Amino acid sequence: MHLLLSQSINLFAAMLLIVVFAMISQRRILRVIHLFTVQGATLVASTIVVGYLTGQHHLYYSAAVTLIVKVILIPVLLHRVIDRLNVRWDVETLINIPTTMLIGIVLVVFAFNLALPIAKLSLSIARGTLGIALACFLLSFMMMISRAKAVPQVIGFLSMENSLFFAAAAATNGMPMIVELGIAFDVLAGILILGVFMFQIREQFDSLDIRHLEKLKED
Amino acid sequence: MISQLLEILVALILAPLLMGWINAWRAWLQNKSAPSLLQPYRTLHKLFHKESVVAETAMPLFRIAPYLVFGCMALACGIVPTLSTDLPMAPAADAIALVGVFALARVFSALAAMDIGTSFGTMGARREMMIGFLAEPALLMVLFTASLITRSTSLASIVHTLASQKFVIYPSLLFSGAAFLLVLLAENARVPVDNPTTHLELTMIHEALILEYSGRHLALIEWAVALKLFAYTCIGAALFFPWGLAQANAPEALLLALPVLVVKLAAAGVVLAMIETVNAKMRIFRVPEFLATAFLLAVIALLVHVLLGA
Amino acid sequence: MEAFALVLAIPLFGALLLALWGHRNFAPELNAAVSFSTFLASAWLTEGIISDGPLLIWNDLFFIDPLNVFLVALTAFVGFTTSLFSRPYMRIERDHGKMTPNRMRLYHSMYQLFNCMMLVALTSNNVGVLWVAMEAATLTTVLLVSVYRTAASLEAAWKYFILCGVGIAQALLGTILLYLAAERAIGGGDGALLWTHLATAKAQLDPDILSIAFVFLLLGYGTKVGLVPVHNWLPDAHAEGPTPISAVLSGLLLNVALYAVLRCKVLADGALQNGLPGKMMIAFGLLSVVASAFFLSRQKDVKRMFAYSSIEHMGLMTFAFGLGGPIANFAGLLHMTVHSLIKSAIFFAVGHATQQAKTQLMEGIRGLIKVSPTVGWGLMLGALAILGMPPFGVFASEFLILTTAMRDLPWATPFLLLALGVAFAAIFARVQSMVFGETEAKPLKHPPALLPVFVHLGLGLMLGLYIPPYLVNWYQEAARMIGG
Repeated sequence: MHLLLSQSINLFAAMLLIVVFAMISQRRILRVIHLFTVQGATLVASTIVVGYLTGQHHLYYSAAVTLIVKVILIPVLLHRVIDRLNVRWDVETLINIPTTMLIGIVLVVFAFNLALPIAKLSLSIARGTLGIALACFLLSFMMMISRAKAVPQVIGFLSMENSLFFAAAAATNGMPMIVELGIAFDVLAGILILGVFMFQIREQFDSLDIRHLEKLKED
Repeated sequence: MISQLLEILVALILAPLLMGWINAWRAWLQNKSAPSLLQPYRTLHKLFHKESVVAETAMPLFRIAPYLVFGCMALACGIVPTLSTDLPMAPAADAIALVGVFALARVFSALAAMDIGTSFGTMGARREMMIGFLAEPALLMVLFTASLITRSTSLASIVHTLASQKFVIYPSLLFSGAAFLLVLLAENARVPVDNPTTHLELTMIHEALILEYSGRHLALIEWAVALKLFAYTCIGAALFFPWGLAQANAPEALLLALPVLVVKLAAAGVVLAMIETVNAKMRIFRVPEFLATAFLLAVIALLVHVLLGA
Repeated sequence: MEAFALVLAIPLFGALLLALWGHRNFAPELNAAVSFSTFLASAWLTEGIISDGPLLIWNDLFFIDPLNVFLVALTAFVGFTTSLFSRPYMRIERDHGKMTPNRMRLYHSMYQLFNCMMLVALTSNNVGVLWVAMEAATLTTVLLVSVYRTAASLEAAWKYFILCGVGIAQALLGTILLYLAAERAIGGGDGALLWTHLATAKAQLDPDILSIAFVFLLLGYGTKVGLVPVHNWLPDAHAEGPTPISAVLSGLLLNVALYAVLRCKVLADGALQNGLPGKMMIAFGLLSVVASAFFLSRQKDVKRMFAYSSIEHMGLMTFAFGLGGPIANFAGLLHMTVHSLIKSAIFFAVGHATQQAKTQLMEGIRGLIKVSPTVGWGLMLGALAILGMPPFGVFASEFLILTTAMRDLPWATPFLLLALGVAFAAIFARVQSMVFGETEAKPLKHPPALLPVFVHLGLGLMLGLYIPPYLVNWYQEAARMIGG
């Protein structure tokens, strides 16, 4: 049982990686939100497993915070936003998914090489997954800069935050509670603000396309 | 030796039945009255007794191709450990050779299709080669992942190692499995990549390839198609559900392995029929993306294995 | 102890109060009063630190040492003077129809919350809480930058949020790696992120992890400092937000971000012992100075131009701290102080100038000295001060930085001199034509608050001529802490 659980951490890590890749290649905004919810749930599951295996009970609280903020509150907020903005069925034209995927694979290899020396020194049982966490971080970063619509861009940002939480759980058995709470609060506040922004952007530009936001350039 | 011959024999017999089983299930799932399970045998029987008509411009290649394709597929069924992992030819014919055998059959059927010079044949050949070009790397990646886990490229020893060790969760095999399923659908001309039951001219891939064949040539090709599906299903079953195969050449172990194989094939058939029912055929331009996904999944699986060692 | 509690509690309480009454007619005065109380509390705190030495309180969660106490005082002071400036400025904006009562409420409340978050970031002993406070300060300024709700301000705020979000995420990764190293060296738990604990055990931190962690921390907090090439948000946010916000962004927030970098550098230096963090800061700093000088000379918008000037000066400070050693660190700290004072003074003057001319484009601003001589003189003197003319403080700090660079890093000095020259020519020519010349603009309805401008300029002048001995002591002690 114990053995299977510790192997399941690897499984969750791999699932996070797949979910990020799926997010990058997903055209429908609604599905991106679903994928984000799945990512949060996977994060919760892996945090609980790490907490159980290491006996670090504060990880349960961390998992609970993640569950409330990233699996329930933020997806609900995002659903309301896309409903109110009427972009639920929006499809974003993504150019050249295969190229993006290839870059993604290169990023994974890079992240692994970056994590290798760190992971060796980690005391955590899940240290092997640090490379995956870094890879997810870089891939979310790529998603954030490659998307033109506001909602996927924001989800890229959130996914980055998720990857970092996973990195924290993987490499260090979780950050101190006060820091995790603070981060969760910041993320939630940030999403609320961005949600309000989306309405205003739409009011100003009649579209949620971030490409409209390129007036301020150096001249 | 006996096990390998037995495997080929079982494949030759069971392959059309698998086809019939999938077709029957698909009909049931779609609320149609199903054809008999034995329908593929009847079709083969009928075709073998018909005269085969060959175009005037056909080169000998056109006549040889069906035999070659059939031979390749039968050989493939012999390489894949369907019943036993104790195969005498295993060291010579490993996973990479298997992919080579499939590629050989593909090249000959494409050449034969172009040989006649009809536009449909050429179109089918072109599409078939495109799919093969995209699917083969993904298939190789899937096999490599399994090879890396077990440190062997021989299918028999891969399956042997996987089946005999204690149960371990391999995320890499999970993703490989998903990638393999996509490759299987594409390589065997199933929905959503191709529709095996249609002769709708513009969308067909595989049917365009064999449009000029008739009589015993067509029978051989149909049989080879069934064998190919059988081989792929068995590879999937062996890699991802490796339990129940005979470890030694003992007759009673082989006898025990046979029902296990039948059960696995039956389950796989139901799954395939379900996939074909719930999916619609995709546009041909989307196929590269479909196969790129398969390739990506396979590469991620490989990376996950290298990164996590699992 | 009580003084410290007040320093954090007053702005927080003020934010709540202004969330209720921020739209009332007396709100700007209330805002100034809260800021003034914060400043008094910080003065009390400073006095206590001078007499009793460093402070470590509340389960070691907060601490005051020579490095941050002068920044606390500076932050509270500039926060106060900016609130004085914002009083007439925001009234005029309201009369121009740019601010509705709701926006006024948001503006005032967020202004206090922003001050509070900066003070938390400065005094937090926990590196993780430092991150949280930085992010919270970012969020409040995002709201402040977008307060006009125009297309351009929304764009600036969105860019600001996204770019700083990326940056701050990198800083979080760096913090996680730092925690990982700390867990190995001094054990896990809440204590492992406390800066004082980390600083005593810094030699045992693993150098491999720390070098990667510092790269991420420098990139992350460097985004907020506005270092090239991660500076893109800064000119937009400065140009499109209300001018008081431009003043506190340049004068305070960038300092706080640089302060975070410095705290991390101390740890990385202790662990690595090879001067790599300093070299990285030198590279980033030099690049920022040179690149921003050239960007600066191409600007048409006055606030954008001074925003680039802020990048230039932050780059110069980063360069100085990268050089390390008592003199360069001293110069860096001095530069931090005078830059805050003078850059905010410039933004005060610029704010009134743009309100008079009703445009931010420099070609539309003419003859300031005719319409209101004080604004004109304020801008002229401020520009001269920021360009490093003696006897202002900037001259002293730049002189120190340049001489240290000439000694330690001779090849870098020509680049610095070139950049400073380009910036001088560009800013001076523009400011001259804005201050002098003919105009038909009318004086403003509410009398501009020019006391802050001249107080800041006066302090900047004083620091150039004479630095009080206790300030010298502090700087020296802080410079010793930064080390390098």
